[in-house]
Amino acid sequence: MTTICEDPLNLVIAGVGGQGNILLSRLVGRALVKKGYFVSIAETFGAAQRGGAVMSTIRISKRMSLGPLIPEGKVHIILSLEPLETLRTLIKFKSPTVVALTNVQPVPPLGVLAMKDDYPDDDRLQNAIRELSESVLFLNATDMGLKLGAPIVANIIMLGALIASDLLPLTRQDIEDEIREAFASDRAQLNIKALRKGVESMGGSTVTALHS
Amino acid sequence: MSVLSRTTAGSRVLLMGNEAIARGALEAGVRFAAGYPGTPASEIIGSLAEVAKERGVYVEWSVNEKVGSEAAAAASLAGLRGLSAMKNAGLSVALDFLLHLSYSGLGNQCGGFVVAVCDDPQGHSSGDETDSRWLAKWADIPLLEPDSPQEAKDMTTWAFQVSEEFKSPCFLRSYTRLSHASGTVTLGELPQPDTKAHFDTSQIISPYLAKAKHADLEVRLDKVRELFESSSFNWYQGPEGPELLIVCSGSASRFSLEAVEQLGLEKSVGILKLGTLWPFPKKLVAQHLAKTDRVLVVEEVDPFIESHVKETAFDSGSVPQTLEIYGKGSGHLPLVGETTPDAILEALSTIFNLASPVSDPSYSEKIQEAEEMLIPRGLTWCAGCPHRASFWVMREATRRDGRDGFLAGDIGCYTLDVFPGGGGNQQTKALHAMGSGMGLASGFGKLGQFGFTQPTIAVCGDSTFYHAAIPALVNAVYSGSNMIMVLLDNNSTAMTGFQPHPGTGFNATGDPAPVVDVEKLCQSLGCKIVVSDPFDIEGSAKKLRLLMKKEDGVRILILRRVCELIRMREEKKHPYKVWVDTEKCRGEKCAFCTRMYKCPGLVWDREVGKAQILEAVCPGCGVCVDICPFGAIHREKTP
Repeated sequence: MTTICEDPLNLVIAGVGGQGNILLSRLVGRALVKKGYFVSIAETFGAAQRGGAVMSTIRISKRMSLGPLIPEGKVHIILSLEPLETLRTLIKFKSPTVVALTNVQPVPPLGVLAMKDDYPDDDRLQNAIRELSESVLFLNATDMGLKLGAPIVANIIMLGALIASDLLPLTRQDIEDEIREAFASDRAQLNIKALRKGVESMGGSTVTALHS
Repeated sequence: MSVLSRTTAGSRVLLMGNEAIARGALEAGVRFAAGYPGTPASEIIGSLAEVAKERGVYVEWSVNEKVGSEAAAAASLAGLRGLSAMKNAGLSVALDFLLHLSYSGLGNQCGGFVVAVCDDPQGHSSGDETDSRWLAKWADIPLLEPDSPQEAKDMTTWAFQVSEEFKSPCFLRSYTRLSHASGTVTLGELPQPDTKAHFDTSQIISPYLAKAKHADLEVRLDKVRELFESSSFNWYQGPEGPELLIVCSGSASRFSLEAVEQLGLEKSVGILKLGTLWPFPKKLVAQHLAKTDRVLVVEEVDPFIESHVKETAFDSGSVPQTLEIYGKGSGHLPLVGETTPDAILEALSTIFNLASPVSDPSYSEKIQEAEEMLIPRGLTWCAGCPHRASFWVMREATRRDGRDGFLAGDIGCYTLDVFPGGGGNQQTKALHAMGSGMGLASGFGKLGQFGFTQPTIAVCGDSTFYHAAIPALVNAVYSGSNMIMVLLDNNSTAMTGFQPHPGTGFNATGDPAPVVDVEKLCQSLGCKIVVSDPFDIEGSAKKLRLLMKKEDGVRILILRRVCELIRMREEKKHPYKVWVDTEKCRGEKCAFCTRMYKCPGLVWDREVGKAQILEAVCPGCGVCVDICPFGAIHREKTP
């Protein structure tokens, strides 16, 4: 896509503290600013990072600088690094026309470890995500990352899928340029590899072709 | 190269609000910046430290916010521009000095002095969501509040001019959704200031005599108000005579603009956005109040602007008696929590009697069903965190001691012990401000004469110790208090992003610095000190029990082990390979490790009904081996 289909276009990046949520919002944000957009991002830092649910809201406009939070019902895209967090984000924003791209690898919350809570089973969880979105993409980015020798790059793999989905006015090259600026060369190589894996995982199809 | 030191004026970049404040200070030619870390303020000093050498700025992490403000103000008194940055709670620490600096003024040859304060509406990372704007009013210090990263940069630069012109400190109020928001910012020029520092000894800068200084201050404030009345950081957008006037500040102004557009109310609603909040620009506000019958005030946290709008309406002769003012006072907006776009949309819909958008009932049903599946994600210490082991040590010692002992906690990663569903077992029974665990314990330790028999343990981190625990410790020693301090020394200010402190051996700009030795300091006070490794659970618990038995004044146990995140970064290896012997694991009858110790690297395998090490998460500290009562967890040193 060479421009945004809605103004503002609202994207949420969700996950668990430590999954590299903030890196994604930075890469996307910096690339969009270079394309001349007004970008506003709200992020979660500090205490909430210690194993908590983290969420970045990203607002993209050609016209004006917006406040960084998104009103209910107005989220267009969710990029999520953990499936329970995808569901949490869908419930929070109640946006029936949202496109959700999600990693399916669960990160069990503390209550599950302490045997107080039950993590929903995969089918039920994925079904609920499907029900609350207009279209969905499920990817096991953690597995793909493990194959690259680093499960942490699941975040960049998911970003690759988002770029390939053609929902943002950004190309793979735009993100690669940002990665090269952000990392020393060996880390940059790994992340670019991950980005390309994510792009390939879409097999040339955009999310609009994925309607469930 | 950091984007903060990019010299091309006019280039557009993505900056976090805190980085924008730092850039604004650099564009103002700041020479001295000091602060103490605290979310959401830490990146102001942090990002300045990164470019300090390149830009010829002195940047320090001070021991606390009061000392940081004093240090930065010294630069200002000597003619250089100085910046002090802190979170909302830190302002309370710095206020004693700042109030008196407001009275004294900055002297004949001052450089501007700006105090950036970051509030935390919603208390995302704080024990309170107080509104620090009242304290600007209380201390008679001019106050600015930006609405976006761009304005944060521009306003910071201007704040130095305001400070210099009126020889007064100037507050810049930020908040989480600005400090930790990022936005498009157009950069300005970076100057090369070369003022020589010199303190003019022909003057005495002090608040005495207070009454006369107060009178000067009132005159000064009137002049500042005149300037603020015409500031371009205050603007109006909307029809000449709006049906409703929104008076707003901060990101609430951005949300208000959007809400008015979303509801199609552009022809009926005007927006008066204020950036200069104290002294309140009452002439400007009165002019706008006179043109409408209804006002909605939208702002972050307390009804600060709202109360001044009401005061202005009351004082002004030109405002109609029938003027209705909505906001937090009228219940149109919530009194607690952060200001969201949804809250503003709802307030406008109520005022204009607009039907709420009809939501698809089947979608709402699906949301309800999904909510049943949603489980909370409690905050916890990282896998391998020494604090988890330290709290286990304290649990063991107090349990075996059997006298209903408890912990008075403090501020740091170890605060997570109080969180419901969090990593610890909630042994911390009192927790307030930096250093308060020590102060409270000092008091509890003097209750013996009133029949108090419970052992009291003050828990304090290393950075917190330097920040505010030392005076409380001196107090406890001096008063002969019967108490224990457990110092959790992980050699870092971990919670806020690993900033250095006087014990780490290096400073904000990464240069070597003298180590202020905690043990020697405590020894010099005559305290009994025992040092232990929290990963030696049995040994540390025994040492603590012995200290608990010896009821003679202040006893100190230092539980020392570096933050696991730092260790992992430096060593890049797991010390042990850890595994569960499923034959020995007693399964659900026990589950002691996952239910009680709660390390994220140790999970419950539901299918087998036994504990299991999660290899992707476990950093191989091996402590769980000593937690298991049945010897079912094993460790082997890695090569």
